[in-house]
Amino acid sequence: MREVYLDYSATTPVKKEVLDAMLPYFTQEFGNPSSLYRKGRESRAALEKARKQVADLIGANDREIFFTSGGTESDNWAVKGVAFANKSKGNHIITTKIEHHALLHTCEYLEENGFEVTYLDVDKYGKIDLNDFENAIRDTTILVSIIFANNEIGTIQPIKEIGEITRKRGIIFHTDAVQALGNVDINVNEMNIDLLSMSAHKIYGPKGIGALYVNRKVKLPNFMHGGAQEYKRRAGTENVTGIIGFGKAAELAKESLHEHIKKVTDLRNYFIQSVMEKIDEVTLNGHPTDRLPGNINMTFAYVEGETILLYLDVHGISASSGSACSSSSFQASHVLQAIGIPLENALSSIRFTVGDFTTKEDLDYVVETLMVITDKYRSISPFYKKKG
Amino acid sequence: MGNNMFNDKVIEHFMNPHNAGEMENPDAEGTIGSPVCGDIMQIFLKIEDNIIKDVKFKTFGCGSAIASSSVATDMIKGKTIEEALKVTNKQVIEELGGLPSQKVHCSVLSEQAIKTAIYNYAKEHNLEFEGLKGFDPNYDPHDHHDE
Repeated sequence: MREVYLDYSATTPVKKEVLDAMLPYFTQEFGNPSSLYRKGRESRAALEKARKQVADLIGANDREIFFTSGGTESDNWAVKGVAFANKSKGNHIITTKIEHHALLHTCEYLEENGFEVTYLDVDKYGKIDLNDFENAIRDTTILVSIIFANNEIGTIQPIKEIGEITRKRGIIFHTDAVQALGNVDINVNEMNIDLLSMSAHKIYGPKGIGALYVNRKVKLPNFMHGGAQEYKRRAGTENVTGIIGFGKAAELAKESLHEHIKKVTDLRNYFIQSVMEKIDEVTLNGHPTDRLPGNINMTFAYVEGETILLYLDVHGISASSGSACSSSSFQASHVLQAIGIPLENALSSIRFTVGDFTTKEDLDYVVETLMVITDKYRSISPFYKKKG
Repeated sequence: MGNNMFNDKVIEHFMNPHNAGEMENPDAEGTIGSPVCGDIMQIFLKIEDNIIKDVKFKTFGCGSAIASSSVATDMIKGKTIEEALKVTNKQVIEELGGLPSQKVHCSVLSEQAIKTAIYNYAKEHNLEFEGLKGFDPNYDPHDHHDE
């Protein structure tokens, strides 16, 4: 059976060059980077090279990159760290309604601990309004955390403009760039970003490794306490192989950034156009142009999302939906709700994310399968009235 | 699909549902669920001499809701109304060879849809059925968090 993977936003396969870079550090160069003998120093050197590779991808200095276990830890560290370190200055945080749960649930935790959080609305494309944002700033605002590009609908926020405002007002600016990394040209200095969360497995690196960029001027308390690793900022023996894989993946991402963006954007647009041409009553969710190169989020009216996913799965196609039907009442995606998609449409929405290994032939096969699905299951949908 | 969350029988009924589609001039119709809870099932019945001669369904829901609709309608075809009223969601699950626990409510939906159609039929024709005693057509299977 043909297998088509269209869930690159969930995770990506590790590229061969990345795996090859990692392998020697499992069995031969396995030394602890904190050890002083040669084997330790070799590991240390490889680790520092990787730090530089990751820093280069976002225009940072390597001393500003701290490796973590992934995007969730980076978000937790950044947001809780800034909040608790600046308690004496204020207790107000600004974020959006369409953050990843790693951010939203961290903010809920902070609310339970005396902080106040403003969740900015977004427009129908998923963008925040800069005036709303400026108006939300208070004297007590200590942190702004806004997702660089949304994981469900792919909408890219005006990060540079937000950074200008926070810099002018002297507020710390964090962004979760897990989805944007390697898909958008990021420069932390030009964009006035103070803290930025990253993850390796979204850019063809291994799982379980990520990083937090921390601008030199930002004081961030430690999150993991223990040994002196990561310039005494994040204790615990380093995930050396993971870090090396992340570094290699970051290097490849930087080298091929523009080529990757162009290729994946073309595939995305090809898929959207093809679906729109061949299937009636389909809508694209998110922004028409300011979206991640590989993101497609569509509503296939009258057919439930899980039905679509199951039929696709039986045909070897992997995609995802922001919703699941369980025994308790239905929970539609908070992102689709925030952009004002009616509930019945949110239930019929699917996210496809294309990447470096996707081909047009793959997409043709998926579109053909979607034509069968919509034909078949719309005909047995109690809502569907055939047009014409 | 050995590693699927559903067994082969569920997948088969999902891919090729029995009794799916429209019915012209049904003798009874019943709809249960709402788009708000994510699932909606509509049942049409042809009834002659107290026997369900034909049945069709339309379902908006996940794969297991469609598979449950398919087997439940098979189970009542050719049966008397009283027999159809005895079909329970547990029998639907048995017939499907099992459902994951978070999908049990889908089988409740098909049991309730059948009862709703017969309830409407009974009301229209001033009939009483033993199996409808205590039946509430406004029952929402999603209110039940356990099985």
